[in-house]
Amino acid sequence: MEFSSFAAALGGGVLIGLSAILLMIFNGRIAGISGILSSAIFADKKLTDKGSSEKASGLAWQWFFIAGLVLTGVIYALVYEQLGLPAYEFDMVSEPMLLIGGLLVGLGCSLGRGCTSGHGICGIGRLSLRSIVATCVFIAVAACTAVFIH
Amino acid sequence: MKTSSIKKTSFIKSKVVALLCGVLFGTGLLVSGLADPAKVIGFLDVSRISNGTWDPSLMVVMTGALAVYMSLFYLVVKPNIRAGRAPVCDTQYHFPEKKTLDTHLILGAGLFGLGWGIVGICPGPAIVNIATLDMSLGLFVVAMMFGLYLGKLIKSTQPDMVKAG
Repeated sequence: MEFSSFAAALGGGVLIGLSAILLMIFNGRIAGISGILSSAIFADKKLTDKGSSEKASGLAWQWFFIAGLVLTGVIYALVYEQLGLPAYEFDMVSEPMLLIGGLLVGLGCSLGRGCTSGHGICGIGRLSLRSIVATCVFIAVAACTAVFIH
Repeated sequence: MKTSSIKKTSFIKSKVVALLCGVLFGTGLLVSGLADPAKVIGFLDVSRISNGTWDPSLMVVMTGALAVYMSLFYLVVKPNIRAGRAPVCDTQYHFPEKKTLDTHLILGAGLFGLGWGIVGICPGPAIVNIATLDMSLGLFVVAMMFGLYLGKLIKSTQPDMVKAG
C-alpha cells in the first residue's frame, strides 16, 4: 500500500470515528447506518419512542444524518473530475448478483442489528460482546465469499 | 426560559448535529476509499496476499475510526453516564437493549458478510453513492431496502429465543 493511500485510509477512518463519537456525545445515539436507514424509512418506533416530542417537532433526526451522507455524495459527484479523483464502478458482479447481494446485506444487517458502522465501530468502540462477535463473523464470511467470487 | 422551549431548542440542535455528523461520516467514507467497492473487495479478497496485490486499507480505516471512537467513548461518554449526565442535545443516551449473543445476531452477521463479500458495498457507502445515479448501485440499494424490511418483519414475527439480558 502506498503512503498516500495509507494516509487517506487513516485520515478517513479518523473522520468516521469522529463523526460517530460526536453523534454519541451530542445526541446520545449510535451511528449505525443500517439502523438509521431502517428507523427513518420504516419508522421503527422502538428507536424513536424515547423522544415522543421528537415526532412533534417534525422529521426524525435519522433523516438529517442520511441527508448529510447524500449531500457529501452529491458534492463528490460534482467535483471529482476537476480534482482528478476516481469514479467508482458498481458493476463488478452481474445484475442478479447485485440484487442478491443487496438483499443479503439488508436482511443480514436487520437481523444482526447492525452493520460495519454500528457493530464494527460504535459497538467494538464500547467493547460490546455482541458487536465484537458480529464483526468477526461478518468480516470472516465476507473474506471467504470475496475469495470465492472475485 | 421555560423547560419546553429548552427542549425544543435542543431538538433542533440535535438535528443540526445529525446533519453535520452525516457530512463528516460521508467525507470519511469517501476519503478512506471505503465508498469504492473495488477497494473493499481488494481488502476482503485475502487470496491477493499471495501475489502481493492485497490492499489492507480497510484495516487501517477501522483502526483510525476505533482509536478515535474508543478513546473518546471512555474519556467522555462513559464518565458522563457514570455521573448521570445526559448527552448535550438529548435527555438520555440510547443503547441497544440486547446484551447477550443470540441466533439472529450470528445468522444476520453471516448473511451480511455473504452479501458484502459478493458486492463490496455496505449500507453507508450505498447511501453516499446514491448521487452517482448509477443503475447497478440503484439495484443494490432497492434490494437492500427490501432486505431491511424483510428483516424487520422476521424480527417482529419470530422473536429470538434468547431474551435481552
